[in-house]
Amino acid sequence: MTMSAVEDKMHVEENAMNPNWAVIKKIETETVDTSTLWLEFEDEEVRKDYKYSAGQFNMLYLPIYGESAISISSDPDQEGLIGHTIRFVGNVTRAVSRLNVGDRISVRGPFGTNWPVEESKGKDVIIFAGGIGLAPLRPAIYQIINNRKDYGKVTIVYGARCPSDLLYTGEYEEWRSHDIELMVTVDHADDTWDGLVGVVPMYFYRLRPNPENTVLWSCGPEIMMHFVLYEGLARKIPDNQIYLSYERNMKCGVGVCGHCQHGAYYICKDGPIFTYEQLEPYFNVEDL
Amino acid sequence: MTDYQLSINTTVAISKPELNKLLDVLSGAGYKTIGPVAKNNSLVYEQIEDISDLPYGYETDQKAGRYRLYQNGGSEYFQATPGASTWKKYLTPPRTKLFGLVNVDNKWKEVPVSEIHPKYAFIGVRPCEIAAIKIQDTVLIREDYVDTLYKKIRDELIIIAVNCLHPADTCFCTSVGGSPEAEDGYDLRLTELDDLFLVNIGSQKGIDMVAQLEYAAANSHSLQIENEMMSEAKEKIKDVLKDYKQLPELLMNNLTHSAWEDVAAKCLSCGSCTSVCPTCFCWDVQDVTNLHGTETQRDKVWDSCFNPTFTAHAGGGCSRPTTTSRLRQRITHKFASWVEQHGGEGCVGCGRCIVWCPAKIDIREELNILQEAFK
Amino acid sequence: MENGKPRVAVFKFSSCSGCQLAILNLEDELLDLVGAVEIVYFLEARRLPESRPYDITFVEGSVTTQEEVERIIKIREDSGLLISIGSCATAGGVQALKNYKDVNHLIDIVYEHPEFIETLEKSTPISEHVKVDVELWGCPVDKYQILEAVSALLQNRRPNLPEHSLCLECKALGRVCVTVASGIPCLGPITKAGCGAICPSVGRGCYGCFGPSKDMDLDAFIPILRETTSSPKEAVELLRTICGYTPEFEKAAQMILEEEVANE
Repeated sequence: MTMSAVEDKMHVEENAMNPNWAVIKKIETETVDTSTLWLEFEDEEVRKDYKYSAGQFNMLYLPIYGESAISISSDPDQEGLIGHTIRFVGNVTRAVSRLNVGDRISVRGPFGTNWPVEESKGKDVIIFAGGIGLAPLRPAIYQIINNRKDYGKVTIVYGARCPSDLLYTGEYEEWRSHDIELMVTVDHADDTWDGLVGVVPMYFYRLRPNPENTVLWSCGPEIMMHFVLYEGLARKIPDNQIYLSYERNMKCGVGVCGHCQHGAYYICKDGPIFTYEQLEPYFNVEDL
Repeated sequence: MTDYQLSINTTVAISKPELNKLLDVLSGAGYKTIGPVAKNNSLVYEQIEDISDLPYGYETDQKAGRYRLYQNGGSEYFQATPGASTWKKYLTPPRTKLFGLVNVDNKWKEVPVSEIHPKYAFIGVRPCEIAAIKIQDTVLIREDYVDTLYKKIRDELIIIAVNCLHPADTCFCTSVGGSPEAEDGYDLRLTELDDLFLVNIGSQKGIDMVAQLEYAAANSHSLQIENEMMSEAKEKIKDVLKDYKQLPELLMNNLTHSAWEDVAAKCLSCGSCTSVCPTCFCWDVQDVTNLHGTETQRDKVWDSCFNPTFTAHAGGGCSRPTTTSRLRQRITHKFASWVEQHGGEGCVGCGRCIVWCPAKIDIREELNILQEAFK
Repeated sequence: MENGKPRVAVFKFSSCSGCQLAILNLEDELLDLVGAVEIVYFLEARRLPESRPYDITFVEGSVTTQEEVERIIKIREDSGLLISIGSCATAGGVQALKNYKDVNHLIDIVYEHPEFIETLEKSTPISEHVKVDVELWGCPVDKYQILEAVSALLQNRRPNLPEHSLCLECKALGRVCVTVASGIPCLGPITKAGCGAICPSVGRGCYGCFGPSKDMDLDAFIPILRETTSSPKEAVELLRTICGYTPEFEKAAQMILEEEVANE
């Protein structure tokens, strides 16, 4: 492509790295180290134009501390506040944990690929999520509920290390009321827990998928996703109907800083959500 | 010579001192003229004001992990091949400011970036370096992303190329589809003969520059010498990479092969190769703050896939913890995944990563070892 | 904290005071610094030291006497955050050269009245005695890293201190590699960046005062060092000059010495 050919598109990325201010309107505490921040763009134009899909992420920037890639956890069909469920584990996110309602934070995005919510209409949907991995899947769950009759059987298996680490516990009944089978499991139960115990992939045995008509979506620790994948493949779910969401160190979000490369992919641009068909060549490569 | 019709692809001859006039023409037009200078036992790219700043009468001896610059009593300005300096230090500087912020009444306000982007004229750009700039163009000026600072500098850039008549032993441009003869991508292209420069015109800007010089039509004798010297140079660069077109498939199909460990055994993981590579572009973003935390500026800085923090996770650990995984990333990116990402290899065969590797890793040999192992 | 300003102390252990001078050398930024913090103990710069507690404590120098062993424990108890500054405090310093010799013999040959000298057998870094929160390396410490550490602590963020090799910094600054272009021995490939590549900038090899870089590779480095030095003795001396007591550099020295024995 010649330089002049991109000239007229330049304004799009002119300020690719510049801040885009949003105000924290609401903070919901999810667990001891995880909260959901509900944001609204300051600029009315930006607010109006901002559209995102289930599974995409934003780069949240807090001056002095830096920038961090955070999945969007709200309903893409709903106008209004944009939700980000954040686990406070790094330099940036720990600083974010000290913010209050009314504080500003910069939001660049949305970036990356999405769950195939549209393309999966007419199919059965199986979702496996672990820990914070439920956050990028929640927008997809909302969209399925918004058009529940368009989908077949919908099953969610969600797990966390312990009961107090479970996200969105207040919403489970609502989800179930929309004919969604939700299994919740914990690695380590305590006295309060009378539900399932064990790692997420263990419960694949309870499902009887019709492989050709099933899509499998998974997000969580890589080791968990890999076992979910093996279970899915063992049940003959096709490579291109299994979707996994990956995470890497990201700096730009537009596939140009080089950090998140995974084989020939940029996780930020070609991912974070890939089909197993895309990932297969790299699947057993350690430290790629 | 006003009656002579200058056009693109015309070759004229100028005397060697006339190059000074060209420098004057460029600086007169507001260009900062950058070229090779002999300094600290190497050639470095720096601002030059006069042809006496150029490495007149120098040659180099280069091999893996070794660069030696000698005065040879010769009469050429461009005999010595470049050192670790690359033009990318001007096109994508090691540190650039993206924006500044100042906290006023608990609210961050943007401070406009008032960085000056000089108009550069690069003097003595080698054909492999033109190839590298073209690669950077594809990476940094894309349909979905434009590095605006790069584009601004690039749009105004004047390239005075020089044909490579004395390739170093570490040169391998011809193995990756290049040539010691620059074919395009320049405003003017010099070929340095004993007593004159042949100047080939590559652009309208080039025509305008030459029009202001004392020039003569290139005679057939000079053109013939140029031809012979180019053929000799091409001959000198050994075709060292076997089947480089097969590399993407071969490398990507053997990511878990144990030969990677063998190749990485010599590697220091120091990152010198990525720093001197004219196409390596990876960058990090950092906040630089004042003491009170009331001002910050967001800087874009060179990064390297050998930096331990390159693939660091927020909560600790990293995706590529070993030297083998980092070296494999560098090699597969240059010779395989780059093709998929940007439509061609990321290597131009300049040999810098060979020469400036303190551990003497020769990428040509390593690729051949890998190819043998993967067959 | 007084007036919301953190109380800062600077203590000296066995050292040349050069790192304390680095703080004073901040010049332009010093006023800013004393505006942001309350320097309550800094003998090099302040007449009347105040007593404990200290929010941020800088410690210069290594531990070489029993008195220092006890003093650093007390200082740790009195301090919120403890930052060791300079190669003496982070690695034992140049005085750790004695760690490879019989200390009594050294005392005998150096001092006129050896009977007055009380010293431990080894010069050791602060972290060998108490918990250290941040280590700022260098001989002397880099003044901007001090500023960065204080900024980071005041702002409750992680300080931005590079862990990678000096080679990356050297190349970004446009310095010519002294090993490749001049055959000079240089510890840059195994040494942490952050100094501004001072030595290569004046055509000298790095002597490793910023300590071992993360993930560096000794097996790959030793052959280069052997080739650029005239003798194993020179290589070992280079490794031991400033940060020789760090496990990595000591291992490198041992590797060279063992090779030497094997070759004989």
